Amino acid sequence: MATVTVPKKESQNLPGNPKESQEQQKTVTLRIARINPGEDAKGKFEEFKIPVQKWTTVLEAILYVKQNLDHSVALRYSCRQASCGSCGMKINGKPRLACYTKISELESETITVEPMSNYPIIRDLAVNFEHLFSTHKKMKPFIINEESEIKPGAKEFIQTPQDLEKFLQFSYCIKCGLCNSACPTMATDASFIGPQGLAQAYRYTADNRDEGKKERLKIVDQSHGIWRCHFAGSCSNVCPKGVDPAMAIQLLRGYLLGFRK
Amino acid sequence: MAERISNREGIKGMANPTRYGWLRVAYWLQRLTGLGLLAYLIGHIYETSTILNGKTAWDNMLSITETPGGHIVLILVIGMCVFHTGNGIRVMISEGGRGLGRPGQPEYPYRASSLNSKQRLCIWVSIALAALAMMYGAGVLFGN
Repeated sequence: MATVTVPKKESQNLPGNPKESQEQQKTVTLRIARINPGEDAKGKFEEFKIPVQKWTTVLEAILYVKQNLDHSVALRYSCRQASCGSCGMKINGKPRLACYTKISELESETITVEPMSNYPIIRDLAVNFEHLFSTHKKMKPFIINEESEIKPGAKEFIQTPQDLEKFLQFSYCIKCGLCNSACPTMATDASFIGPQGLAQAYRYTADNRDEGKKERLKIVDQSHGIWRCHFAGSCSNVCPKGVDPAMAIQLLRGYLLGFRK
Repeated sequence: MAERISNREGIKGMANPTRYGWLRVAYWLQRLTGLGLLAYLIGHIYETSTILNGKTAWDNMLSITETPGGHIVLILVIGMCVFHTGNGIRVMISEGGRGLGRPGQPEYPYRASSLNSKQRLCIWVSIALAALAMMYGAGVLFGN
């Protein structure tokens, strides 16, 4: 990729930061990947000098660029609090949520942001989640139980705290896609279900209200399914919500190997 | 819809062990040693098959392999074999759902339970055993 440097304008200021403190602010170089598949598939990096404070997140830095230097930078974001899973991108070579990553914690004068690997690029930092959502849907991410409909006289399902603990952490998935981006199998196998989908298959399989275990195990037990995971642990390393997909996949495999019932 | 770039990392990304902690390093070493052992197996079958061509051919082959360079290759094979076995046992046990900790309420800073100290210890033990076996092998091969 080629590199283009865009100079910082003198009068700019970070939103919410008083102008008078600007001189004391640290400055970092933000390198943003600019890719427009329709025009130039190769893409380039553009560099921007950004004033930052210790709490400035990468998302705030990119939005500063959009607001003051180049409004054409394309990215997806929404909640700004690591809840929606929209702003996943590769930051200094590792998939992270831009809203959840402070520039100060990266300990670098240069911050490079690129679109997440293993997803088709729509433009700049925005990637296509079609595969992620379709595999998630394939895992039947809902309780399968004939009795789950609200019927007159139906009783509620009893679930102990121990039953809940078996799947609770896996239900915190925000579908940000960082795990699929870090996965070494996803890097080479376009048809692999991926850690996100497999973790969700486990989440519902481990739920004692669910009766769809057989259906889900049949879906994951295929050539591009659960057996392509080699427990590299990268998915759990990057998960911003502590979901631990690597654990979910190995526990799910336990059902197929007969270690779990 | 506009043309899309798949942006898949490919083998280059898969083979990069630097970004995701010790389990990814172990994954990379497991693959590397697996490929190394496969290459050795093929070479070994070729080497031993020369005996079918008579004593002279066999002696010629030994003159190539029974050298300091050949011994170094064997020492590497010992190391690869021991690491691949040790780490392979760890992976097999983990893939059955053992040694991963228990699922529970994640708490900030969200350290994944499956990347626990037991896993890291097993990786280090595999590396240490491989190093010890290599030293023993070097002692035997270069001892006399």
